[in-house]
Amino acid sequence: MTQKLVVIGAGMASGRMLEHLFESDPSAYEVTLFNAEPRGNYNRLMLSPVLSGENTYAEIVTHDEDWYAANGVACRFGERVVEIDREAKLVVGEKGAVPYDKLVIATGSDPFMIPLPGHDLEGVIPYRDLEDTERMMGLSAKPDAKAVVIGGGLLGLEAAAGMAARGVDVTVVHIMGHLMERQLDEAAGYLLRRALTDKGIKVMCSANSREILGENGHVKALLLDDGTELPCDLLVMAVGIRPSVALAKSAGLAVGRGVHVDDQMVTSDTDVLALGECVEHNGAVFGLVAPLYDQAKVLAQTLLGQEAAFRPKEVATKLKVTGCDLFSAGDFAEGEGREDIVFRDPARGVYKRLVLEGERLIGAVMYGDTADGAWFHGLIKDRENVSEMRDTLIFGPAFQGGASADPMAAVAALPADAEICGCNGVCKGRIVEAVEGGATTIEDVRAVTKASGSCGTCTGLVEQVMALSLGDDFVMPTAKPVCRCTDLTHEDVRRLIKAQELKSQPAVWQELGWTTPNGCHVCRPAVNYYLLADWPLEYQDDPQSRFVNERNHANIQKDGTYSVVPRMWGGLTNPRELRAIADAADKYGVPTVKVTGGQRIDLLGVRKEDLPAMWADLNEAGLVSGHAYSKGLRTVKTCVGREHCRFGTQDSTGLGVKLEKRLWGSWTPHKVKLAVSGCPRNCAEATCKDLGIVCVDSGFEIGVGGAAGMDLKEIQPLVKVATEAEAEEWSVAFVQLYREHAKYLDRPYKWIAKVGMDWVREALSDADERAALVARFDLSQTIYQKDPWAERAEPAQARRFQPLADLTLEAAE
Amino acid sequence: MNWIDVGALDDIPLRGARLVKTPVGCVALFRTGENEVFAASDRCPHKGGPLSEGIVHGRAVTCPLHNWVFSLETGEAQGADEGSIPTYPLRVENGRLLLDGDAVGRRAAA
Repeated sequence: MTQKLVVIGAGMASGRMLEHLFESDPSAYEVTLFNAEPRGNYNRLMLSPVLSGENTYAEIVTHDEDWYAANGVACRFGERVVEIDREAKLVVGEKGAVPYDKLVIATGSDPFMIPLPGHDLEGVIPYRDLEDTERMMGLSAKPDAKAVVIGGGLLGLEAAAGMAARGVDVTVVHIMGHLMERQLDEAAGYLLRRALTDKGIKVMCSANSREILGENGHVKALLLDDGTELPCDLLVMAVGIRPSVALAKSAGLAVGRGVHVDDQMVTSDTDVLALGECVEHNGAVFGLVAPLYDQAKVLAQTLLGQEAAFRPKEVATKLKVTGCDLFSAGDFAEGEGREDIVFRDPARGVYKRLVLEGERLIGAVMYGDTADGAWFHGLIKDRENVSEMRDTLIFGPAFQGGASADPMAAVAALPADAEICGCNGVCKGRIVEAVEGGATTIEDVRAVTKASGSCGTCTGLVEQVMALSLGDDFVMPTAKPVCRCTDLTHEDVRRLIKAQELKSQPAVWQELGWTTPNGCHVCRPAVNYYLLADWPLEYQDDPQSRFVNERNHANIQKDGTYSVVPRMWGGLTNPRELRAIADAADKYGVPTVKVTGGQRIDLLGVRKEDLPAMWADLNEAGLVSGHAYSKGLRTVKTCVGREHCRFGTQDSTGLGVKLEKRLWGSWTPHKVKLAVSGCPRNCAEATCKDLGIVCVDSGFEIGVGGAAGMDLKEIQPLVKVATEAEAEEWSVAFVQLYREHAKYLDRPYKWIAKVGMDWVREALSDADERAALVARFDLSQTIYQKDPWAERAEPAQARRFQPLADLTLEAAE
Repeated sequence: MNWIDVGALDDIPLRGARLVKTPVGCVALFRTGENEVFAASDRCPHKGGPLSEGIVHGRAVTCPLHNWVFSLETGEAQGADEGSIPTYPLRVENGRLLLDGDAVGRRAAA
């Protein structure tokens, strides 16, 4: 006997279910299909090509009128279901009730709209159905149309790319630090961002939306937390979906995050079944299409009285976002005992990361080249033991089971016309010729062929070719890499950051082929410094890449307490400051107060929690951070000079104060200490400082590269100038030259030993060059010359200095 | 397990750490990825350095005092150094940080 089946929702899951049902037994059910959208089933995944203009709506319809008619489906499209009456077994639509023997709920999901002020303005839409798509398509008709997309997940990026393809000016605002953080890790997210930026889409990460601004009831702009205003004609919110459960809930069915179903897709009512994005199975909800199709098959079998059970499978996502190939499978984030294998090919924009647990592959992320995705997915699904092929696993199936992957053997096998250096088009044969012509070092080869002279990433390959040609005569250079994350030296990294205009840490990791996901405690502070020194405006300083002292703006002591050193310009202070320091020492129970060698007062033994309040107190008296903890300008030590001293030739104290006011707050490769002595008796000990000035009757003698630490060095003369203004100009220019060129953690004397004092003198003796250095220094200071204490004494920042929670209090009760 | 909500995920900066005081001592919560966190003792077994102040990289942290590196997954010191720190169950749910109260010595609220 034919039974009555009512289906609520004509989406991809229920559509596939009906196909299975009619194929197996076309006469088992008489079907009524409700759909709130005024149309039948279409391929929702293909809305993006419709948006970008690659497809039309007609091409993505999966079930047309003829199909529904041929299968005898009573279509109630454009009609909402008001109620499910389970007792009477009736589905009540807006235009009348329909009885059922079996009911299938396939209501799908609702887009989540962030309840920002203004979210109900006209022109604020989700991206879910054809209507939304058409709104976005319509926007391109307007000249200079602007759109903002909130949400840097798959849907948001597709919306952005589709509109951009139609000529709309699009900005994507994403709250997380990188795009598609659920599918991609940071490095892949960086590559994706770069690809989108190349297409003219603006991307703002770590951006919090505050309010949607409107005019006459229509959206006008999005206002961010930092005050940025992004004008727009349309605002698309694509921040996620939620199972649509309202109907099932009001019908009294068991509902959690989604409608609860068992393995047979039956809800808490045996005559009501459910599938698709609205269901929850064993605690999981679903968003990808593959498991929905599995559910569709199971549900159709259940309806026909056949044995079937839904078993969720490991799902891989292979995506194409605006022409960029992405693949992710398995679990590549959380868990214990995991190891990463990372492969990067900067020139091709390829990134691959495999996650292993013990002998098994459990996750994979790929960007740019996803050809081996299916193979990796297979290894993950089958839980195969990969320990045998671990060494070459990341190169994919083509590399397995063959001869051993000795890199030298691979290089030896290359033909003479194989390209080694892509930047300069140098092939293997040319390098071999150079070696035969007498080149014995990498520098020789570089000079003759230019190989490895540009981006430098082929240096290893060039060396291997040389080693093969020279045999035992070749001595591999012993330049020390930054750390185990890279083979590049500090000098290489600095050069490449400038040459390739790398402006973020993920950019450095990816383009320079870092072997770890995000560096280590050795390279991170160095790379952070290089980026902020070279790109002061574009790069944002990363506190998490700084050593504790620079992050907390105080010196950590061996017992975990901190020392606080207020700045005293040129060593000058006054009774008011001294009182404030004394009061702070009393108030916060400072156990030790000491005068430092740099003419400052050090308050030792302060608890971390007390730092922000203590800084606020000191700020109030006009005292700012003395940066006694930083790789930056520390102190300018002075003597009293001609103001008081009978031998003083110039105002050494005044010049010291001027220099300190100019230089404070700047970050440098290592700490920088200055001193100004008023006469050659040198009471300020200027001759053992990084930069020391000794005043004489006729002017100022400036020397650099002194030290009085592990090494004792006397300054080397740089220049003698007649005026204070010139002394200041030369000093600033020297500091900037050091900032731009030195290796991280090289004090000036070490750096000068490498580049030579002559080179330093020559660089600085050019007046234009000096002026340019000063200008670049001043530009950087517009960002970095601000008191870190004042910033951190703000309540929002100060909270970071407190424990997140205290679980000892309640336990003691 | 006795999951206690100790704060929001976003209270910890990416590749940073925050501290929770517990009956077993200070516990550091590390955020190694957008959605990845670990909990471990804050105290370095070498000289007692505060690990929550170290640089977080991969799934490891470097002690700020003498650069010992610990795996946050196993608690074991890496490289040539020998020692380990206790680790505690911590998970993220709906953007909240849930720490296992039993593991850090706090009895369930009656």
